[in-house]
Amino acid sequence: MRKFLLAALATLLSWPAAAQELSIALSTPITSLDPHFHNLSPNNSMSKHFFDPLIKADERQNLKPGLAESWKAIDDTTWEFKLRKGVKFHDGSDFTAEDVLATFKRVPNVPNSPSSLAIYTKPIKEATAPDKYTLRLKTDKPYPLLPNDLSGIQILSKKVAETAKTEDFNSGKAMNGTGPYKFVEYVSGDRVVMAANEKYWGPKPAFAKVRYRMIANSPARVAALLAGDVQMIEGVPTADIERLKKDARITIASAVSNRLIYLHMDSGRERNSPFVTDVAGKPLEANPLRDPRVRKAISKMIDRDAIVSRVMEGQAQSAGQLLPEFFFGTSKRLKPEKYDPEGAKKLLAEAGYPNGFGVTLHTPNNRYINDERIAQAVAQFLTRSGIPTKVDAMPSAVFFSRGTKLEFSLMLAGWGAETGETSSPLRSLLATYDAAAGMGTANRGRFSDAGVDALLGTAIATIDDTKRGFMLAAAAEKAVGELTGIVPLHYEVSSWAMRKNLAYKARADQSTFAFEVFPAK
Amino acid sequence: MAVFILRRLAQTLLVLFVTSALVFGGLYLIGNPIDILVNPAADEAEKLRAAAALGLDRPVLEQYWIFLKSALGGDLGKSFVFGRPALEVILERMPATLELAFLAMVMSVGLGIPLGLYAGLYPDRLSSKAIMAGSILGFSLPTFWVGLLLIMVFAVQLGWLPSTGRGPTQEVFGLQISILSLEGLKYAFLPSLNLALFKLSLIIRLTRAQVREQALLDYIRFARAKGLPRARVIGVHLLKNIMIPLVTVIGLELGSVIAFAIVTESVFAWPGMGKLVIDSIFQLDRPVVVAYLLVVVFMFIMINLAVDLLYSALDPRVRIAEAK
Repeated sequence: MRKFLLAALATLLSWPAAAQELSIALSTPITSLDPHFHNLSPNNSMSKHFFDPLIKADERQNLKPGLAESWKAIDDTTWEFKLRKGVKFHDGSDFTAEDVLATFKRVPNVPNSPSSLAIYTKPIKEATAPDKYTLRLKTDKPYPLLPNDLSGIQILSKKVAETAKTEDFNSGKAMNGTGPYKFVEYVSGDRVVMAANEKYWGPKPAFAKVRYRMIANSPARVAALLAGDVQMIEGVPTADIERLKKDARITIASAVSNRLIYLHMDSGRERNSPFVTDVAGKPLEANPLRDPRVRKAISKMIDRDAIVSRVMEGQAQSAGQLLPEFFFGTSKRLKPEKYDPEGAKKLLAEAGYPNGFGVTLHTPNNRYINDERIAQAVAQFLTRSGIPTKVDAMPSAVFFSRGTKLEFSLMLAGWGAETGETSSPLRSLLATYDAAAGMGTANRGRFSDAGVDALLGTAIATIDDTKRGFMLAAAAEKAVGELTGIVPLHYEVSSWAMRKNLAYKARADQSTFAFEVFPAK
Repeated sequence: MAVFILRRLAQTLLVLFVTSALVFGGLYLIGNPIDILVNPAADEAEKLRAAAALGLDRPVLEQYWIFLKSALGGDLGKSFVFGRPALEVILERMPATLELAFLAMVMSVGLGIPLGLYAGLYPDRLSSKAIMAGSILGFSLPTFWVGLLLIMVFAVQLGWLPSTGRGPTQEVFGLQISILSLEGLKYAFLPSLNLALFKLSLIIRLTRAQVREQALLDYIRFARAKGLPRARVIGVHLLKNIMIPLVTVIGLELGSVIAFAIVTESVFAWPGMGKLVIDSIFQLDRPVVVAYLLVVVFMFIMINLAVDLLYSALDPRVRIAEAK
């Protein structure tokens, strides 16, 4: 009897360690559990619970070993990965290099994929496995970002990779990964349920069962947390942060994210930019936004700290470059432009617009945190300093289609650097537009500068990290600091709110990972 | 009768065709799904691949023609976002919306008619005035606000009911139904109440107005003079006559409850069709939006048909015209 009681007591005491259930509310529903079907942040975050990539990213997007224990570039175009031994899939089979090869083969060939992960496997020209736990990848050109790109690809077992269709993942049939959690249930648009993988090779998950709920409506998400229906939420609305901080039952975890909110200006057209007018509102033939001095003046007209404290309620950080300073390839010299309306007027006069000109600022109204209100604030700052600005806000579906067709003169947008280094925004926003090469794909202002292109071109072909970091910083200094190809406004701060007994290391990539939630000490 | 129904069905086809054309064209004008779906860092090759995979690389008229051809076979295309047949995605969410609508209608009819009757029969009582005042509130308060208020009071402050989401489901004839268990009803109560409030107020006011009008008419006086029991006068003579306008409104409202549960669904994170279609519009997921609207339009038409048939059952004077 005593023995039994002792055993019961022991079970009771050990219970809180792993037996609890955790419930988390997500702000954006996932569209599929197939990790290669749709390259969308909520999908990518969710699939990392069930599957592992070769290389993981920590909360500041520094790379760390995943299924690959180590990796190195043997020469400029060959990478060698040493794979982790003793890793098992949920069904008990062993993980080997064969699984990786089969996964890479599947990635570009997922039928009906609206956005494929093939952009990450494309640089790989040839993949071979000299032995069971070694992987060798060859690229056409030197491609230093390969490890970053591979951190986005979840590895499937060979059998699944060769046979499974997207619907097999949604039904759970193909959900056989190596990840910290095992699949239990998925109800589209409602919930995902998972159970701890006790045999996980990495840090053991702290909760036996995790239930994800999709609650897109922000006030409802906060209410669910307060009511205790969920223990943690992502995407805390800025208006509720102060109130939640005062609530004794709640803790907040915040981190500056990799998402920059910026202004893009039509610096491509020489004349007749669609929404540029003179001060009286008549179309203006010349395009003042082509002149770097005018773009610098716009940057000086904006009081970023005011936007951060008033519009964003402190949930942002004023930006002076493309990523917060702790990221790779940022410049130590670029600081947020000081609010200087006098200096701005001087620059405008120098550029030949002493009386200013008019413009319309286009913005999405359902894409970024407080996007339309930021645009309103920016417009007021510009108007006050001699550039009468109208705001035209629209849903992102309309905004991005029109923006891509170059229908705007001045626009507000955001960029999240998935790879966690400056090359991502430099390539997409500031490189000269070249669709075939994948350069300037989101350069909706058609900024173009040969010097920036040259610096960036060498940087992204330099395998040596230290050298590449300096080159990227130099490219950012030229593109943003000197030529103001875009006007950086702020970096979004992302926040999670949770019950006091939980702890989460807030992530810069805005991902919510149940396996990184632990009981608070 | 048969001719009437057949003619209605023919009209239905025409309406469905026009709807599909309008929605198809409208969404085409809004924007290009590729700009939303494809990762913005992707190069041209990836954009072209995605466009080809989703059939967006053809001219719009050809896309519509392909859609029409397969629609005749019952295939409304594959969702861009989910990669699954659009109709399947919608039908999977439909039980959730339907059960919410069903509960809301039960609440509004079950409470609305008795309350309206009471307020109409005893218009001067204080309680009647309170009912009417309450119905004005139910009318004029915005749904999302009432929804949040309900959550704050019943879930956050009192902790009686869950704040959001849908309860555990049971499979009934292949459909996932949640309102057959007590646990499921707990989840469904607040959202369906929120959805019911507006209809409830409408039915109260309508019933009361009808009662006030009918109660003064000769046939009621005559029935009373004849010495019929009060319950029979109200329950049979009066009720039957006030039902005709009520049935019209209830029929229309049932349609609108199903189609416009969007606000309630998003406030309560209820995984129904409304939430789905809003997301789909923002992502320009054309097959889902088109299929959703076709399903809803079809439902509206069927409800109206049922209302017309009910009319003639309720009021012998209304004959469904076998027009030439």
